[in-house]
Amino acid sequence: MSVTSEPTTETLQIGARESWRDSPRVELAMRVLRIYVRNRPAVFGAFILFGLGIVAAFAPFVAPYDPLKADLCSECVFQAPTLDHVAGTDLLGRDLLSRTIFGARIAWQVVVVAIGVAICIGVPTGLVAGYVGGKLDELLIMRIVDALMAMPALILILAMTAAVGPNIINTMLIIGIVWSAGYARLTRGVVLSIMQEPYVDAARSMGAGPRRIILRHLMPNVVAPVVVLASLSAAAIILVEAGLSFIGAGVQQPTPAWGGMVFEGYSNLFRSAWPIAAPGIAVVLMVVSFNFVGDGLRDAMDPRLRNIR
Amino acid sequence: MGSFLIRRLAQGIVTVVLASILVFFVMRLIPGDPALLLVGTDASAEDIEQVRERLGLNEPLVQQYFDWLAGAVRGDFGPSFTKGAEVGNLMRVALIPSAELAVAGYVFALAFGIPLGIVAGLKPGGPGDYAATGFTMFTLGIPNFVLGIILIWVLAVLLGWLPITGRVGIDEDPVEALRFLVMPMIAVGAGTAAVLARFVRASIMETLNQDYVRTARAKGLRERTVVMRHAMRNALIPVITVAALQIGFLISGAVIVEVVFARPGFGSLLIGGVVGRDYQLIQGMLVVLVTVFVVVNTLADVAYGLADPRIRVS
Repeated sequence: MSVTSEPTTETLQIGARESWRDSPRVELAMRVLRIYVRNRPAVFGAFILFGLGIVAAFAPFVAPYDPLKADLCSECVFQAPTLDHVAGTDLLGRDLLSRTIFGARIAWQVVVVAIGVAICIGVPTGLVAGYVGGKLDELLIMRIVDALMAMPALILILAMTAAVGPNIINTMLIIGIVWSAGYARLTRGVVLSIMQEPYVDAARSMGAGPRRIILRHLMPNVVAPVVVLASLSAAAIILVEAGLSFIGAGVQQPTPAWGGMVFEGYSNLFRSAWPIAAPGIAVVLMVVSFNFVGDGLRDAMDPRLRNIR
Repeated sequence: MGSFLIRRLAQGIVTVVLASILVFFVMRLIPGDPALLLVGTDASAEDIEQVRERLGLNEPLVQQYFDWLAGAVRGDFGPSFTKGAEVGNLMRVALIPSAELAVAGYVFALAFGIPLGIVAGLKPGGPGDYAATGFTMFTLGIPNFVLGIILIWVLAVLLGWLPITGRVGIDEDPVEALRFLVMPMIAVGAGTAAVLARFVRASIMETLNQDYVRTARAKGLRERTVVMRHAMRNALIPVITVAALQIGFLISGAVIVEVVFARPGFGSLLIGGVVGRDYQLIQGMLVVLVTVFVVVNTLADVAYGLADPRIRVS
């Protein structure tokens, strides 16, 4: 007995020592990473997003000036780019580069909170709808999701903003709620297809309860598509938030949101076009980067996810 | 086909009704008394009470919803609280300029996006593909209002070729109307054009890899016939659905573009409603827009079913 048990413990120990490399999860992550880094636009996008993230996190140290400090002397306003003000100054003489840098903070904040809200509402809803199925799924949850998705997103968000008032917190929450419908539908679709798999039946026949099936078998399959959807919806959310702030229904002045900055610049287009340049370029960079990263992740994680938008 | 149609129609009606319920009750979250908005702050208490009675605001909420829905079906959306007019009439006036912009933007998107996707998809990796991919990535990334402003700055401010803002009706002066329409049309349609180009490109590349295309080539058909008869027809069927789904985004986008170009229409009406917290106006507009969206999607599904018999069966 003791003779046979010894080699077993030894292999187990070796296995335990090397497990972080050999575990299927790490292997999978490495494979995803290998495919991902071959995609040049995706690497570029990740690089830009990382940079914008650093800039946003350390905005007070990175920005050369106070983004809110006005300088109203006649030669201080509407400056074209100079060495002192790399992106120029706006109608109040505020430094546009500093405002754009602080704007990155707002953009990241909106994206993270809105997608967090969308995932927290959408994924559990989709899991329950797909797992329980039947009337609850068909008649209640999916009909509400359909109704939410049948409304043009921006217009629905505008209407909800009218109800609760425009400010950054409301904007983030409302975008999250509206976007949660897409996450619910995606999750439900994945769950429905996984439930057909024999291993779910096998787990159930071994006595696994709903909790274990959802956590061990359904959730892991949901992660990849949700990550892809998150990076692609981040792009759309930045565009929507910029649009809302542009028409004054999102982040309010004097907080430097990119959309609001573009609006201020547009109101004075005949004086100078420079105030639009920096926030405009920043929005395009961030949205394009998220699109690149989303496409890259999708191709790397699972080519079957091609239809996620 | 008949049962397919009825099923889709029923689904569409359920969606519109649910959306109207959602909208109606979310709008009731707006604080403040609409009667007060309507009569002004210096009105007496009796006046306010009278208006509340007339608007049915003293009824239970559910009763209010059904009254409103019954009116909406007949095109009566009640009085606007801030504009001093019937919501229905306000929307009728705004409809023509908005529809004009949406249709023009959509036509631009189709006429530009689909050929671009075809060029890119037929020769992936070629110069046409690079140009198309560059265009789509840029256009997907740029907010439509920024694109609109760039157009204004280049074509109107620097070159002075086009008028900046406003609108002339097509019935008044067709040429001038088009000059006012060019820039907003591009700003509204460019994003949709990019989405379509991307989708068409992928669809064509996939179709060209199919066995029947290889068979068609193997039996010696000219490349032109292979592409036009075999690949293109199959590649473009799924485009119908994507193109229809884009209409919702197009309408959303038009709201902001209308603000940029100071065009009258649904956009300015809706934003006026949001600023004035005029829920009667907002809920009327939302229900109309959702109905348009659902009708378009249903039509697209039906067209898809007609174009591809396989869909009807499943």
